[in-house]
Amino acid sequence: MTEHKKAAGRQGSILAGAALAVLLAAVSGGPARAEEPIKIGLVAALSGGSAQSGEGITRGLTIAIDEINASGGLLGGRRLELIRRDDESNPAKGQIAARELIDQEKVAALFGGIDSPVALAIVPIANQAKVPFFSVWAAATPITRNGADPNYVFRVSAVDVLVDKALTNYAIKTYHAKRLGLILVNNPWGESNEKGLTAAAKEDDVAIAGIEKFEDNDVDMVAQLTRLKGDGADTLVLVGNAAPGAQVMKSLVRTGWSVPVISHWGISGGRFPELAGPAAQKVEFIQTYSFFGKQNAVGQKLLAELQAKYPDVKGPAQVIPPVGVANAYDGMRILGLAIAQAGGTDGDKMRQALEHLGRYEGLIKTYDPPFSPQNHDALSAGDYIMVHFVGSQIEPVTN
Amino acid sequence: MLIALALVSGLGLGSMYGLLALGFSVTYAVSGTVNFAQGSSMMLGAVLCYSFAVTLGWPPLAAILLALLLCGFWGVIVERIAVRPFAARGSNGWLMATVALGIILENATLFLFGREPRNYPSVLADTPLDLAGIPVLPLQLAIPAVGLAAAAVLHLLARGTRLGKALLAVAQNQDAARLMGIDVGRAIALAYAVSTVFAGIAGILIAPLFNVSSDMGTLFGIKAFAVAIVGGIASPWGVVLAGFCYGAVEAMITALFGSTYTQILTFAVVILALAAMPNGLLGAAGTRKL
Repeated sequence: MTEHKKAAGRQGSILAGAALAVLLAAVSGGPARAEEPIKIGLVAALSGGSAQSGEGITRGLTIAIDEINASGGLLGGRRLELIRRDDESNPAKGQIAARELIDQEKVAALFGGIDSPVALAIVPIANQAKVPFFSVWAAATPITRNGADPNYVFRVSAVDVLVDKALTNYAIKTYHAKRLGLILVNNPWGESNEKGLTAAAKEDDVAIAGIEKFEDNDVDMVAQLTRLKGDGADTLVLVGNAAPGAQVMKSLVRTGWSVPVISHWGISGGRFPELAGPAAQKVEFIQTYSFFGKQNAVGQKLLAELQAKYPDVKGPAQVIPPVGVANAYDGMRILGLAIAQAGGTDGDKMRQALEHLGRYEGLIKTYDPPFSPQNHDALSAGDYIMVHFVGSQIEPVTN
Repeated sequence: MLIALALVSGLGLGSMYGLLALGFSVTYAVSGTVNFAQGSSMMLGAVLCYSFAVTLGWPPLAAILLALLLCGFWGVIVERIAVRPFAARGSNGWLMATVALGIILENATLFLFGREPRNYPSVLADTPLDLAGIPVLPLQLAIPAVGLAAAAVLHLLARGTRLGKALLAVAQNQDAARLMGIDVGRAIALAYAVSTVFAGIAGILIAPLFNVSSDMGTLFGIKAFAVAIVGGIASPWGVVLAGFCYGAVEAMITALFGSTYTQILTFAVVILALAAMPNGLLGAAGTRKL
């Protein structure tokens, strides 16, 4: 009895103490644990030729974060907060920004942008700091397959090796290609695709007529294209971002060479239709999602939310670039699930949670599950679609 | 065919390098200093012209003239704040100051003009003409013509006018020129204005073939400096000729060996050219009178 009473008394005083603490915190306005936001970092191209990619990713993340916050936040009411940094498509600047977000801002997780060279530069930093790093656009194969164990890098986006297979298949199926001409940006992303395309061509028994490179700030690619023509290429595969991709198309017009061009999706990260002029319309390229056509429930909801939040979005045509918005949205929702499952923002717990998530009905598809300890890529070849520009809109190719 | 196409492209780009390099040449001849941020002056010309002609919808001629006028004004500013204070003290600080001013200009442009590259449409860059089976854009013919014309104007100006003679006098001996009643400060400022106007012309000409953005001039500026040195920086014709050669060599290397080797071989050729002709293609050996 006395023991019981004592215990009750102890309990009572603990309760009183807790109540007092809450009261004090509320009165003094001090940062109660529940109110501290969970910071989510984004390091992406917010300026330059691929600025639209950064804006698209921002919008996808923002809508997902708004949804999570509207439903009460995470970890007992903590709100999510997005902190963005511009990497200017420059790996060194991306590294500085990633370090700043991790060390100063103490972000729980980091999202990356369109540029594979930047993402590749951030990978070792994220793994060292044990901070989950989500690639929602950059597709270079070694970003997720980086050899680190444990590996904190995850991707909700295409993977070059698979994209390269898809592009090669499309060239054979649609254009009966026999000799591919590769025109690639001269950086690690171009290199990743050179490997992937060469392997895919070998597998599918088509020849590589020639491989030509260009620099991001090259003005004129006539010489490269003329070489590919001389090598007997019958279909061109383009790997580059919007501004240099546009220079490739302008140069192609100048050579007067009429040849099918299929492209990786870098060109959709900027003002490609404006920069390349009429020639932009003939390029067919890959995406992971289209907001045109029949949408699943998530798609309908997301489209409505985008229209409500961004006045320039009148319909699916203005969700530009769709891949940035879609991948970032699904990525952020998946990360939200992982944070909830991990019960905190400890890097290692979040990584383990990501590797052991359950089924998630997302925008791009139903992820069942998104990742596993062996596979950090949530999307696969079956999730890709071919699209083209109609005016400045990205629409699925129908054939 | 391959060679011909590459040459057409190369000569077009080469004249751009030449025009920018002429800007180095003018100020070097008159004052012994250069604006290392020629690339950003070129960008300024293109950005201003785009803003007037496309954003504001002015007639092209008015847009071009005002853009060039403002480029000239920018040259005067560069000289006044990044060159004169340092040169007056006999310091080489202008080397860094001009680079710094260029970076400031580029970042201010990024802020004011916008973060994305824009397309500058031009009727001269729409449909290629057929020259003996080689497709050539009208603009690709206009660019070398303008490059040569600029060198010719500079040549005539220097030899045939009072102003030009004054500039040459300043180039030879600043103190003597001053004693002869020539306003040396004004002459140097004028040289800087001419220099940035050339850069502006280059920017406006290349814009339809390229795109307009705050960092469009950086690489051009570096290549143009190489061209200026190879051509013999004090010789206008040498500089323009070196521009043509650089553009042609660059395009030929890409066409014949592939783009992987372009930068390696082109700059190797630059080093070889300098080793063989230390004073540049048409430059005379500098003589120092005591």
